[in-house]
Amino acid sequence: MRKIFNIPVNKVIPGINTIIRAQGIPAGINPDERTLKLAQEAISIFTKLAKPTGIIMELSKEDFNEIYPGEGQNASSTPVEQIYKKSNDLALYAVTIEEEICEKISDQFSIGEYALGLMLDTVASEGTELTAQALEEIYKEHLININRFNGDYGILRFSPGYCGWHISGQKKLFKSLHPEDIGIELNSSFLMQPLKSISGIIISGKKEIFKFDDSFPFCADCATHSCMERIEKIQKQ
Amino acid sequence: MDIIKEISKNLESGNTGEVVKLTEKAISDHIDVKIILNEGLIGGMSIVGERFKNHEIFLPDVLLAAKAMNAAMDILKPLLIKGDVPGLGKVVIGTVQGDLHDIGKNLVAILLKGAGFEVIDLGKDVAPEKFLDVAESENAEVVGMSALLTTTMPVMKTVIERAKARGFFGKKKFIIGGAPLSADYAREIGADAYCYDGMNAVDTVKQLLKVG
Repeated sequence: MRKIFNIPVNKVIPGINTIIRAQGIPAGINPDERTLKLAQEAISIFTKLAKPTGIIMELSKEDFNEIYPGEGQNASSTPVEQIYKKSNDLALYAVTIEEEICEKISDQFSIGEYALGLMLDTVASEGTELTAQALEEIYKEHLININRFNGDYGILRFSPGYCGWHISGQKKLFKSLHPEDIGIELNSSFLMQPLKSISGIIISGKKEIFKFDDSFPFCADCATHSCMERIEKIQKQ
Repeated sequence: MDIIKEISKNLESGNTGEVVKLTEKAISDHIDVKIILNEGLIGGMSIVGERFKNHEIFLPDVLLAAKAMNAAMDILKPLLIKGDVPGLGKVVIGTVQGDLHDIGKNLVAILLKGAGFEVIDLGKDVAPEKFLDVAESENAEVVGMSALLTTTMPVMKTVIERAKARGFFGKKKFIIGGAPLSADYAREIGADAYCYDGMNAVDTVKQLLKVG
């Protein structure tokens, strides 16, 4: 399967609390009316301009064996490598919310609307993440429909640039997936344009293959350790 | 309440319209532009900075105050130039070549301006020589570089090496910031400081230039 999906924007609108927390306002503190108004305005612009689109392509473990090493700069041991080798199904993916919203963010900073610009940047980043999540859901539904996913299974996404998979891994991923077909280009620094884009691998398999500790050497540099929440979520599903 | 205090108070609240109106009134009342700048605007932004550090206000409030500050500065700037009023210092800032992430860099530029520094924002994807050419031609005291990718952070080292080759390393201060960076990396490449966020960048530049 290789398919392009246009995802309805109303499915990828971030929640107001997520946006507020991303501004550094801690849970338990109620934002003032002005901040809430800015968040609503950012959501409204996002809803008008974002065009969430994704591309997904199934591939075999053998095919991914060729892609994963990238340019030879991955960490010597990574969770991605450990997991994909024990997986049942794999799919490369890329998502974007397209360029117009990125331009709008820059415009806000140019005209001095810094607070709205930052708020819109947050909404766009979270919206892109939700687009990737929506694509993961689509893939999961597909696997369920062909009887390759049930309650014993889990699904997880990884991207080059994280968890020991070097960002230069984008090069081979792009060569195989061709996200250009949905308007995503890769520059010489392996940076995607539009900036609000995500690419990577979706891994599906038995729940137990997703168990790992965040004790890899590169985990020390990770600010979020969000993998732990994601693994926990799989085990609870 | 005197007009300078009113400017400061309205700036703290991010009331751009009021700050602009009061600044215009202060000028027409022949109040010294240095007092409007230092006590009204920079004074107001200092309080904003302190309240932010104490978690009494948050980033959107700081950015609304910065918008008010910059709008007032547009009115004051011609008078400051005419009166030969020296600024706190000049900073050239940009996102390094190959990198297009500019939100963090924008925030640092906004906060430095708000603190009273003159900021020349070179934008994103900035070539090493451009940082140095502009720093030299504008006689800037500080060069600020931002990167968000491990593949683009080595450009910072190139800038510093070329500054050494051009003979102005040590004469200008080099600061760096961005998610993959650290104080260790700053030391490794010979930068003067690593800044972990916008407010820290303001404090760092003040310390490096011994101002404020």
